[in-house]
Amino acid sequence: MSHDHLSVGHEAKQEQGDAHPRHELSQQAKRIYAIRELLIEKGVLTQADIQRQIDYMEARSPANGARLVARAWVDSAFKARLLADPKAACAEMGIDATSINEFVVLENTEKVRHVVVCTLCSCYPRPILGRPPDWYKSFNYRARVVIEPREVMREFGQELSDDAEVRVHDSTADIRYLVLPLRPPGTEGMSEQELAKLVTRDSMIGVVDPLPAVPFRP
Amino acid sequence: MKEAVGKYRPGDRVRVRMEDRPGHIRTPFYIRGKTGWVERVHGEFLNPESLAYGRDGLPKRPLYLIGFHQAEVWGEYSASGRDKLYVDIYEHWLNPA
Amino acid sequence: MPRGHHDLGGTPGGGPIDRSEHQLEDWEILADAVNQALGAKGIRRTDELRRIREEMDAEHYRSMSYYERWIASAETILIEKKILTREEIDRKVAEFEKRWGNP
Repeated sequence: MSHDHLSVGHEAKQEQGDAHPRHELSQQAKRIYAIRELLIEKGVLTQADIQRQIDYMEARSPANGARLVARAWVDSAFKARLLADPKAACAEMGIDATSINEFVVLENTEKVRHVVVCTLCSCYPRPILGRPPDWYKSFNYRARVVIEPREVMREFGQELSDDAEVRVHDSTADIRYLVLPLRPPGTEGMSEQELAKLVTRDSMIGVVDPLPAVPFRP
Repeated sequence: MKEAVGKYRPGDRVRVRMEDRPGHIRTPFYIRGKTGWVERVHGEFLNPESLAYGRDGLPKRPLYLIGFHQAEVWGEYSASGRDKLYVDIYEHWLNPA
Repeated sequence: MPRGHHDLGGTPGGGPIDRSEHQLEDWEILADAVNQALGAKGIRRTDELRRIREEMDAEHYRSMSYYERWIASAETILIEKKILTREEIDRKVAEFEKRWGNP
């Protein structure tokens, strides 16, 4: 979806892309249009500065993360590089992780599952996965996952035995965490592209395992 | 894994300080006073407590990944005894345990 | 000292997690982009924005949606740094409201 209509000069007209007519927006929401125009008038920002950020986020989605994971699943040397230096491994795959200050990849195993949260705000590996889902930012997730991760995972459809260990990471500083989920059984011989389709965003946050190799047939 | 930068090394037991002061704090309330171990040395980073007020955040402070047993963090943790919780904590919020 | 309203880990009373997702509206995309652009230009640090959100009144904080909070924090920091004033933002909003008008 193009967002060119967000550029300056279009405020006067009702835009096709607006879900709500602008006069119906909340007072708080309206203020961003005013702030944007004032910042541009005063030369603090340019429209290009703003568009650059819109384009940057548009290019970022969980598909990037899925590519990294699928490559790690088929290529154990790449996996080792990904775990040792995630930013360099991203660069190998044409994924720009340079704006992450410190990037750590957490490898799931049969016995260990990781799950990531930012209880204090909503820190998330945006350069890799794009914007976080609303639930990740929600009060309920932030309050509950540190104290009852298995109950939260169960809500997402993930059951784990007591044998397995759950490791919750509360991302309180500049480190950004990405979960490298466990490769599902029965996926030998699948191509990287097919494997990437099994890697969901939620599996890279860690609340669930990736999709199984075959669709569930009741 | 970074070279040793501060006081602590992986494996050291540490206790999170039981402080309660105003300002922008990135040590969550629930982890204060808890004892864990150094899992990883992240390196040195600008101090968010100072950056939050427009100051330069210098000098950089050592930052660690600290691991905790869930059963030791929450009195009522009823799930697997193996479960763990990891938090990124600055050295100035840690004491040796 | 009371615990900051943002410091949510382990707080009781959390309910089921609402997993519905919404397509971002234009104003939300703009809030995100303006915020990031201010960061890219070095006008504000993420830590300052967090601090400002934390200083918000708890009621006010809870009454706003995620991007509304971003807009409120961006406004506060721009005023704090004397880049904009509340009055000129108010005036500009009023100007837009006239132009947007009623259907």
